Amino acid sequence: MTANARIERLAKDASGAAEPPEMTAAETVLARASGAARVEPGEYVVAKIDAMMMHDIFAADVLGMLERAGIERLHDPGRATVVFDHMVPAPSVAAAEHQAKARRLVRRYGIEAFFEIGRGICHQVMVEEGRVRPGDLVVGTDSHSTTYGALGAAGCGIGSSEMAYALATGELWFKVPETVLVALEGRLAPSVAAKDLVLFLVREIGSSEAQYRSIEHGGSGADSLSLAERMTIANMGVEMGAKFSLFPAAGAATARDGARYAATHHVDLSALSPQVAVPHHVENVVDVGEVAGLHLDQVFLGSCTNGRIEDLREAARILRGRRIASGLRMIVTPASSTVYRQAAEEGVLTELSAAGAIIEGPGCGPCFGGHLGLLAPGERCLGTHNRNFRGRMGSPEGEVYLGSPATAAASALAGVIADPRELAVSDTRQEVTR
Amino acid sequence: MTSTPPEMTRLRGRAWLFGPDISTDMLSPGQYVHDPPEIRLRHVLEPARPEFASQVRPGDILVAGANFGCGSSRESAPQHLKDLGVALVVADSLARIFARNAIALGLPALSCPGVSATVHDHEVVEVDIVAGEVVVGEGRAHLRADRIPEQMLDVLSHGGIEPLLVALAARAR
Repeated sequence: MTANARIERLAKDASGAAEPPEMTAAETVLARASGAARVEPGEYVVAKIDAMMMHDIFAADVLGMLERAGIERLHDPGRATVVFDHMVPAPSVAAAEHQAKARRLVRRYGIEAFFEIGRGICHQVMVEEGRVRPGDLVVGTDSHSTTYGALGAAGCGIGSSEMAYALATGELWFKVPETVLVALEGRLAPSVAAKDLVLFLVREIGSSEAQYRSIEHGGSGADSLSLAERMTIANMGVEMGAKFSLFPAAGAATARDGARYAATHHVDLSALSPQVAVPHHVENVVDVGEVAGLHLDQVFLGSCTNGRIEDLREAARILRGRRIASGLRMIVTPASSTVYRQAAEEGVLTELSAAGAIIEGPGCGPCFGGHLGLLAPGERCLGTHNRNFRGRMGSPEGEVYLGSPATAAASALAGVIADPRELAVSDTRQEVTR
Repeated sequence: MTSTPPEMTRLRGRAWLFGPDISTDMLSPGQYVHDPPEIRLRHVLEPARPEFASQVRPGDILVAGANFGCGSSRESAPQHLKDLGVALVVADSLARIFARNAIALGLPALSCPGVSATVHDHEVVEVDIVAGEVVVGEGRAHLRADRIPEQMLDVLSHGGIEPLLVALAARAR
């Protein structure tokens, strides 16, 4: 063997020995999208965007900015999706004008994937319509774009200006985030939901640790979660300040066993109990028992967090054949027209209506305090949505509590915040006595 | 960034002090989203400091605790601050989307751990946004902010993304 060959062999061995660990899910997506073999946390990359989503609040601003700037055409109109979901149907002349402007610009820029009012909440529609695929890099003018992590797509929210830039150029710069691993094991107990898990994660991890980072969910517990449950969990990743919240596409987890994580959290799903976020921050999470008995004026079941058929069924299971407490109002918004029709066909909407709930069209209204269910000063609401900041749902003197669909339904029955497990126990007792 | 005009790199102003977790719902409440600008501006940060919107002056600097701008992706949050004349946001930490949106609008925003515990309300603060130097109360205290990444300084030097797009469109013609 020549000296040169020996040196080459040694160099090869050395590089083999020092082989860096596998990339995390976020790194894998950003490396692929930026055309790099590897990316490192902290590095800045310019990445091609696979899908871009806008809703009615911002579509007119984004496309209007492009028009003002003199941008003639989008980089690729096929990657853009517009969903009207926030102010629908238009509750004011101003909203109607804003939407009319957006419709004109959607045509002007040749965006074919346009979903009118009533189709549903943007993140639900993106998934139902197959506008997001596993491994995609997705941006949306909505912070809950982390929802796409349920499919193994890296999704995050951006503002209108950055969306305009992404539509014009097809790309955007990103800082490669560090990753926090959430290792799940066990199964959720009855009347304990994915919402309780994600509220627990917000409580345990919070923005102090997850800010700017990507959350990656793994372990046997993750495999046991349905798509709907994964969407609930990924959706609220942003409430911890996370950039992405990813369930890597099936089969990918073992390949990344060597992946480097900034921190790891182990959670036993079977040990979880119903959780409630109390005013005025999502990180103020307590066990439901600590706030049980608090009087409620309103219960809200819906949103991109918990407006899916599984959520409506869970509430109907508890409310079936009963009436919500007098003096309490319950608002239900199915997440999409598909969910709405399915719930109608299954009789779920009839059961909820018979229990005293009002069924609204698919949309975001009450969750972001836009319309269709705002609070007066001093009123208290428990909802299945994602934020309870002061002023989120109308009056800054209103109070918003967040919980699972089961907690919402049990609380609607009781007229006060209630533990759905206790209701389940009393159900059984009644049946036994009968 | 060499293209940043020197007069932009050092900003000096009166501080408005806020606590942690100031959300986009406080900066730009959802219920006023389609109201005229003068109404929307009246409610900026109302739940935290009701006097802010009427008393803030052009050139003032907003100083806040951790997780500033948490919540939604609405760009109206930094836009309202800019419209009220706020020259700069410096917080213990910034929520990710807010930080990007502020820069995208040409409003400098810096993370500076410890700043909210150091600065007194209405005290003079001077910040070099490129070097990340924060001088509190005429030199009473010196702090170091995280440097704004090069890509963001480039956007800032253009005055935000819209002017950048105008330049892009002109080049394409």
